Amino acid sequence: MRTFELTAPATVPDALAGPGTYLAGGTTLVDLMKLDVVTPQHVVDINALPLRGIDPSDGLRLGALERMSDVARHPGVYPVISRALLQSASQQLRNMASIGGNLLQRTRCTYFRDVTMPCNRRDPGSGCPARDGANRMHAVLGTSDACVATHASDLAVALVALDAQVTLASADGTRTVALADFYRLPGDTPQVENDLRPGELITEVVVPRLDWAANSTYVKVRDRQSYEFALCSAAVALDVQDGRIVDARVAVGGVATVPWRLTAVEDALRGAPVTQEAFEAAAAVAGDGAVPLSANGFKIPLLRRTVVRALRELTEGSRA
Amino acid sequence: MDISLEVNGRTEKLDLGPGVTLLDALRERLDVTGPKKGCDRGQCGACTVHVGGRPVLSCLTLAATVREPVTTVDGLATDDELHPVQQAFVDQDALQCGFCTSGQIMSAVAAVEQDVDDVREFMSGNICRCSAYPNIVAAIEQAANEQARRADANV
Ligand SMILES: Cc1cc2nc3c(=O)[nH]c(=O)nc-3n(C[C@H](O)[C@H](O)[C@H](O)COP(=O)(O)OP(=O)(O)OC[C@H]3O[C@@H](n4cnc5c(N)ncnc54)[C@H](O)[C@@H]3O)c2cc1C
Ligand code: FES
Ligand code: FES
Repeated sequence: MRTFELTAPATVPDALAGPGTYLAGGTTLVDLMKLDVVTPQHVVDINALPLRGIDPSDGLRLGALERMSDVARHPGVYPVISRALLQSASQQLRNMASIGGNLLQRTRCTYFRDVTMPCNRRDPGSGCPARDGANRMHAVLGTSDACVATHASDLAVALVALDAQVTLASADGTRTVALADFYRLPGDTPQVENDLRPGELITEVVVPRLDWAANSTYVKVRDRQSYEFALCSAAVALDVQDGRIVDARVAVGGVATVPWRLTAVEDALRGAPVTQEAFEAAAAVAGDGAVPLSANGFKIPLLRRTVVRALRELTEGSRA
Repeated sequence: MDISLEVNGRTEKLDLGPGVTLLDALRERLDVTGPKKGCDRGQCGACTVHVGGRPVLSCLTLAATVREPVTTVDGLATDDELHPVQQAFVDQDALQCGFCTSGQIMSAVAAVEQDVDDVREFMSGNICRCSAYPNIVAAIEQAANEQARRADANV
């Protein structure tokens, strides 16, 4: 690891005052610093900042420094969030990793993580070996010529399904951005991953109140049953009344360059009966626009089936 | 930079670079060699220690950022008695080469304390290349049963 300066401010204004790269749980940053993928000169340990709190009294508010493990086991958290977290990483990593850091974790693309290889996301203009290389884990949705890396966060998929917002603080004040707008498609500038401005701090995640999201779940399909990133995942919430779907939220992960909301599937579910046929009909449009690479075409049917499985699991007992 | 670490009940003063991990500080500077360096990338769990009573990966923790007491496998036993989870690992023969064992035990202690329902899921962040998994699960079940018996006896 290269040398750097380390400071640990105690207040948000002090953290915002200086230059530097923020360190929360360090499970992404320290890893990438060891690999020389990220080489900051100044690291700002933000763990002493008062960015804590899990408040489910009106929707859900999460302090950016709350740990994944504590949020997952909090009884007031929507099931889709809790399940997405519990299926992420391992218990040790969840004890370390923060909510803010989770949303800013970097892709697990092996070329991105290997500084001896070209990568447009790490080194703009150097090329993308994944296009014709080992791309089984890569994205089929939201890709560009420049980059096909998946976004790896499970939590972000659940939060995008629930219309969550992030609160961002800078020396100029605070602003609020919908998480779905926060992430940027790679396009020609894959190095720009999100809307965060230099020096800006995520202070809070806000999930608007949605009472029927008590009926929600997260299904994660992966190469082994635990401690693995998603091949495909689905976050689903359903409002079912008298055997009909009144409203639905569907987002998927592991298949796209950003957490991917499936509004077309939601539209197809609204008004539909709670049947396997209706689920399959709605999921049929899930892969619209998907572009397979040499080794990841299996993700397109897998995506449809993962959505159907999440819908089934959520309606066990109430299906016709 | 000058830092102070509480390790297994002792306060240690150290002068180290900001990039030194807790794992390297323990092993190379304090001669606390229970935690092992498997991958050094947060993937195997061999370096698991408790910080503030919670299992974390010492290879992804910068020593200078640690504010709470650290417990390693070296600090579990008393002078004349193994920790119940250590004893259960011996009884159940829950290791072969032993390289992963100190990390397994630190996660297992938390599994027993938290009385987890799904032991395999909870332990998935500790990889064992010798694949001693069935015996590790048996050891955790033994320690959990003993803990439940002790709790009953105290009622
Ligand atoms: C082996 C392994 C397996 C994993 N498996 C999964 C998985 O299955 N699912 C999953 O979702 N994730 C997984 N992860 C990723 C893990 O969840 C993230 O590394 C973690 O959530 C990052 O949080 P952190 O607090 O450690 O962030 P850090 O590493 O401290 O920071 C990450 C980035 O965010 C920035 N940052 C942090 N906090 C803030 C803030 N408040 N404001 C502004 N910038 C900030 C940092 O500067 C840095 O760039 C895995 C990681 C590992 C190592
Ligand atoms: S050495 Fe820390 S997880 Fe492998
Ligand atoms: S006992 Fe050999 S690695 Fe686990």
